[in-house]
Amino acid sequence: MRREAPQKLTDYGPLVFPAGMLIVFFVVPFATMIAVSFFRRDPSGFYTPDFVFDNYARFLSLFFGKVLGFSLFLAVTVAICCVVLAVPFTYLLSRAKRRTQVLWLVALLSILSLSEVIIGFAWSTLFSRTAGITNLLVMLGIMDQPVALNPSFGAVLTAMTYQALPYTVLVLYPALVRLDPTLTEAARTLGASPVKSFFTVVVPALRNTIVATLIMVFIFALGSYLLPQILGRPQHWTLSVLITDQAIYQSNMPFAAAMAVFLVLVTLGLVALTVIAGRKGEAA
Amino acid sequence: MRDILKTNVSRRAVLGAGVAGASLLAMPAILRAQDKSLKVGVYGGYFKDSFDKNIFADFTKETGIAVESIAEPTGEAWLVQLEQAAKAGQAPADVSMMSQVAMLKGQSTELWAPLDAAKIPNLSNLIDHFVNKYPDGRLAGVGAVAWYITLVTNTDVFKEAPTSWTALWDPANADKLGLLALVSNSFLLEVTAKTHFGGTNALDTEEGLLKAFEKLAEVKPNVRLWYRDEAQFEQSLKSGEIPMGQYYHDVTGLAAADGQPVRSTFPKEGGIMDSGCWALSRASSKVEEAHIFINYMSQPKIQALLSRKVGTAPTVKRDLIDLTAEEFAAVSSDIDPIIPRYDLYTTKADWLNQKWTEMIAG
Repeated sequence: MRREAPQKLTDYGPLVFPAGMLIVFFVVPFATMIAVSFFRRDPSGFYTPDFVFDNYARFLSLFFGKVLGFSLFLAVTVAICCVVLAVPFTYLLSRAKRRTQVLWLVALLSILSLSEVIIGFAWSTLFSRTAGITNLLVMLGIMDQPVALNPSFGAVLTAMTYQALPYTVLVLYPALVRLDPTLTEAARTLGASPVKSFFTVVVPALRNTIVATLIMVFIFALGSYLLPQILGRPQHWTLSVLITDQAIYQSNMPFAAAMAVFLVLVTLGLVALTVIAGRKGEAA
Repeated sequence: MRDILKTNVSRRAVLGAGVAGASLLAMPAILRAQDKSLKVGVYGGYFKDSFDKNIFADFTKETGIAVESIAEPTGEAWLVQLEQAAKAGQAPADVSMMSQVAMLKGQSTELWAPLDAAKIPNLSNLIDHFVNKYPDGRLAGVGAVAWYITLVTNTDVFKEAPTSWTALWDPANADKLGLLALVSNSFLLEVTAKTHFGGTNALDTEEGLLKAFEKLAEVKPNVRLWYRDEAQFEQSLKSGEIPMGQYYHDVTGLAAADGQPVRSTFPKEGGIMDSGCWALSRASSKVEEAHIFINYMSQPKIQALLSRKVGTAPTVKRDLIDLTAEEFAAVSSDIDPIIPRYDLYTTKADWLNQKWTEMIAG
């Protein structure tokens, strides 16, 4: 199929609907948020329309810097864990029998039907002292007595990886299925071991897909606010948790909006950096 | 799929469907105009269910006003929604049960329609501090129910009930506590002031507040969970995973009655007494019905019913209510309660919130 550039104005017709949706459900709310972030907060009530920088000024402190730093660190770690787990898994899956593939994909899709709340509570039970997995280890004689594994950073990381893994696999799957099998066959014929051909042929061939997946999981993980609350200590709370606190419990919409705008800007900046770095790498 | 798209739909049919759809959307408005009804916001979940079952049905029977109960979220989310809706002339609920801090914040924007005391004869039954007034004396809200936050323990882990809030500071309880995560709903500054500094007056000054923060920071190693969501702590308390903490006296009592190994104790410094007010949104047109409703809810017999069925403490005077000493003890206590410093959460809201977040997350 040959793609032709649009010739007439009506050729742009199909774009009207998605553009409209994007404007109504993204551009307008986001613009409202930016506007609110400059409003004046009234601690004894709500806010009044204004143009002040107080909300941004309050954010620029060591405390919020640390929280932002932790949120980014957590999201990057989740993205790396997901990709490290998902790339080999999806590669093997794409080489498996049709039936096996379908079964795995259905199982992964069913995880997506679970809400964040259910995932959080399920893991907090699994990590608990009274009913958790350490009881199994005690039964097997590996541990002396059951211990609580949450709240901890590991618990937050595990649950967030669990939640994001299905997306990662589903994004990687089409690219891996389409990967030309003759590439690996050639590598094998030339004497590379399966593991070596995976790392020297499959991974480099998928470079762009992997980077795109990393970015997607990173952004997905950055918005998480429930799992850090349920499974973490206060020092593991992300910026999203504090935004929720301000918006819902303190009715401080201007400050919540300012924090959200800041988070979006930092995210966009990091994504742009990744893309630029990727282009330079390709050119070299 | 293609066949569906090809189906010929006449212009007339489209217009007809449009009119039918529009009238369907307008239906509730037409129905509302016909019946006497009132939308009442109460905290969702167990609270709303109990009100639906035990209170609202009888109210409708007696007054002919249908009640549509709306599940409202805790925290200030509901206040924000009411405020936004009122700006647009809408009232998602006519009368809502609001916390004290939300009452004060709503007052600052005149969100609450002033109530007419002459239309609420039962107002005289109420204990004075449950009547919420604007600074100029207009009636903003009427006490709906009161409840206590007390010291709760798992009876399997703690054979002996603790007697004082100082148990929170006891090094023996390391990593065993579940406490509320926000300064404005945990009221732990007040607990600290009453327990260690002689009373909540110690919070009058900024130095006093900082001293309380400093003292409160000492409990951090004992805290396993700072919870926003009640279900999260309740489950852990029942299983003994987190065997001690602060929690609602009424719900703990119900869990204990169900045979769960939990108990609620009024510490010798007093339980934290919080309360909700009935308030009418200024955007509501059901002023008449709202007054009838609030008057109905302020009767001693309804307050007694609430104590027996929902487990809340009454907002009307003790001597007007026919609760037995035992029934009263189940929902309240003669120990002088710790009354939260609601004024601080409006005048110093952001400062307190900032210090608090830095304290627990820092």
